Amino acid sequence: MIKQFLMNLLLSFIWVALTGSMYYTNFLFGFLLGFAILWIMSRNDGDRGYFYKVPRIVSFVFYFLFQMIKANVQVAYDVMTPRYFMRPGIVRYPMNAQTEMEINLLSMMISLTPGTLILDISEDRKTMYIHVMYLNDPKKFVQETKTGLERRLLEALR
Amino acid sequence: MIDILIAILSTIGALAIFFASLGILRMPDFYLRLSVTVKAATMGVGLLLLCAAILFPDISVSTKAIAIIFFLIITSPIAAHMIGRAAYLTGTPLWKGTIIDELAGQYDKETGLLKNEKPSEQKTDSEQPQGQIAESEEETK
Repeated sequence: MIKQFLMNLLLSFIWVALTGSMYYTNFLFGFLLGFAILWIMSRNDGDRGYFYKVPRIVSFVFYFLFQMIKANVQVAYDVMTPRYFMRPGIVRYPMNAQTEMEINLLSMMISLTPGTLILDISEDRKTMYIHVMYLNDPKKFVQETKTGLERRLLEALR
Repeated sequence: MIDILIAILSTIGALAIFFASLGILRMPDFYLRLSVTVKAATMGVGLLLLCAAILFPDISVSTKAIAIIFFLIITSPIAAHMIGRAAYLTGTPLWKGTIIDELAGQYDKETGLLKNEKPSEQKTDSEQPQGQIAESEEETK
C-alpha cells in the first residue's frame, strides 16, 4: 500500500526531472502516468488495494466539493431572501468511525459543509452532536449522512 | 481561458465572503451565525487564494497559497467546534424556531463532561430540559 504510493511518487519525480518543468500540472500528469504504469505492472493480488483506493479517494474529494457548493448555494439563498426557511436543531449522530483519524476527518468534513456544525463528541467516542440548519426529520438526516458522506469517507480510508 | 477561470473563481469567492458577512447580520441566533460564517468565509478565502496560486506563474507563490489553504481547512472546523461547544456550555440560548435539541441535559453540570449514550435512560431525561430551554429563549428575544 505505502510501497506503491512511494513508488508512484518516485516515478512522477522522475517524469518531472526528465521533462524539466516543475509545474504542478506536469507533476500531476507524471503521477497519472506512474499510476497507469504501476497498474499494468502489478502482478500479485495483494498489491491491488492501492489501485482501487486512489480512484475512491479522488471521487470522494469531488463528491465532497459538490456537496459543499450545493449547501453553500442553499445557505446563500436563505441569507439573501427576507423569509427564513431554516429549521435548526441539534441531532444525536451515532458514528461508525472508530479510530481517532477517522473521527477527526469525519468531523472536519461535517463541519466544513455549510449548515452543519459539530457541537460535541461524547466521552466514549460513539456519538456526535450536530447542529443542523435545515432539519426536516432527524432520522432522515442521520440516515442520509450515514449512507452518503460517512460511507464514502470510510470506504476511502479503509 | 485562464483569465475566465480566475474571474469566475474570484467572483464566487468574493460572493461567499459577502454572504458570510450578511449572514452575521441576518441570522437570528448565535449557532446559526457561527455555522453560516465559518464555512462561507473558509470557502471564500480558499477560492481567492486558489486564484492567486493560478495567476502567478511563480512556483513559490503557488506552494505558499496551497499551504495556506490546507491549514485553513484543517483549523477552521476546530475553531468552530470549540466556539460552539463553549457557547453551549455557557448556556447561550437557541432560536425559538429550533425544532429539536437532543443535547439538552447531556452535560455533567460540574465537570462539563458529556455523558456516554444510554438510550433507555435518555428518552425520559430529554423531555424536561427541552422545555426549560424553550422558556429561556423567549426572554432573550
